[in-house]
Amino acid sequence: MTGAWVGLAVLALALAWPVPIALSKAAWPARAPGTALALWQAVALSGGLSMIGALLAFGLTPFENDLGVASNLLSGHLLDGALPTQTGALQIVSLAGAVVLGVHLVLSLATTAANTARERRRHRALIELLSSPLQGSPDTRMLDFPAPVAYCLPGVRSITVLTEGLVRVLDAAQLRAVLAHERAHLRQYHHLVLLAFKAWNIALPWFPIANRAEKAVALLVEMLADDDARREVDDASLATAIAIVGSPWRDVDPAAAPIAADEIVPEADPETLGARVSRLISPPGSLTRAARALVLASGVALVAAPVAVLVALL
Amino acid sequence: MITLGVLERSVMNALWESPDGLSAPELGERLVAAEAPAKRRELATTTLLTVLSRLESKGFVSRSRATRPHRYHAVNSRSEHTAELMHEVLQLAPDRDDALARFVGGVSPTEAETLRRLLASRGTGN
Repeated sequence: MTGAWVGLAVLALALAWPVPIALSKAAWPARAPGTALALWQAVALSGGLSMIGALLAFGLTPFENDLGVASNLLSGHLLDGALPTQTGALQIVSLAGAVVLGVHLVLSLATTAANTARERRRHRALIELLSSPLQGSPDTRMLDFPAPVAYCLPGVRSITVLTEGLVRVLDAAQLRAVLAHERAHLRQYHHLVLLAFKAWNIALPWFPIANRAEKAVALLVEMLADDDARREVDDASLATAIAIVGSPWRDVDPAAAPIAADEIVPEADPETLGARVSRLISPPGSLTRAARALVLASGVALVAAPVAVLVALL
Repeated sequence: MITLGVLERSVMNALWESPDGLSAPELGERLVAAEAPAKRRELATTTLLTVLSRLESKGFVSRSRATRPHRYHAVNSRSEHTAELMHEVLQLAPDRDDALARFVGGVSPTEAETLRRLLASRGTGN
């Protein structure tokens, strides 16, 4: 029992601090973004479960003789039965902490999902008023805006939005690259992964496990979408499209702009763009099959450990 | 066939072009006049009122009840709405949200410079 909570606490600490820092600095994820994305999800899931599990296991130490009897606990053993004599205030606090943390994480996910859904609904309603579907491609919409922007809006009927500024500056192959990239996001449900990590970051903003993860995951899904787009277009077109869309927009003819394009300057997001482009220009060899299997196995082990303890406890 | 979405779009376009607002009958006249003569047909005022109240509940249209018939106004101009969308997409709004996956994240001048260098080195064929 003592071993269980100490073990989980160590795991929770490792996953909250040094592991995500090391993972966010590692170079290999660019060589296997899908595998790295899976590992990040395992780290986040295992981290959350270990935190809750460690608190639970510690809080339940006085019930050692009674274990495997969550039903007892739930049916009020803790509430109206006599507490085991060695139950200290610390154990009670710990149990309460486990419940609070669990509820906090679930609520954060629920509110983030609800807020996102509401924003998307309004966004979609506006897009439908402001743009017509492209002929022959009803899920692609063109917005009258001078800066080159492309994005996708996930939903029951997902749509891809392009601006006129984008179509003006990209050639046909580059445009195909952008579309393939956006459709890969939609096809691979990247918005769900991003949503989970965003909720995670809102719930635990001070932990590297959450804030590093959100950023790293955002870059990984871009790389995955890039890889998908590369099957349809050559690397050079995709890289050029990224570079053109990413370049500062002050070159845009202000006379053509219904609103000052200067007002909308993207905030700096260091490294992201360079990482994506250099990956396309000089592609790193992908990670060996054995290495990827090793990473995936560690991910499974990371999640399995706290799950096993929780199952034994409850 | 005129779908609801198309109708909403035409209604908004008419309102965006009318700073003084329009009443439902005026709106109907404009929409019918905008159609090609061959496709022209009457638009039931009740249909228009339904569309208008939908747009009102979404917050895109406001109604002034001072006169009869009521006059409808676009709450924001077309470009204001576009700007709102772009701010959201580029995550400049104070309540930034990753509701959307964007083709390219923000770029700093340093990054742009890195890119130009990378692209240039590719051009010289190494």
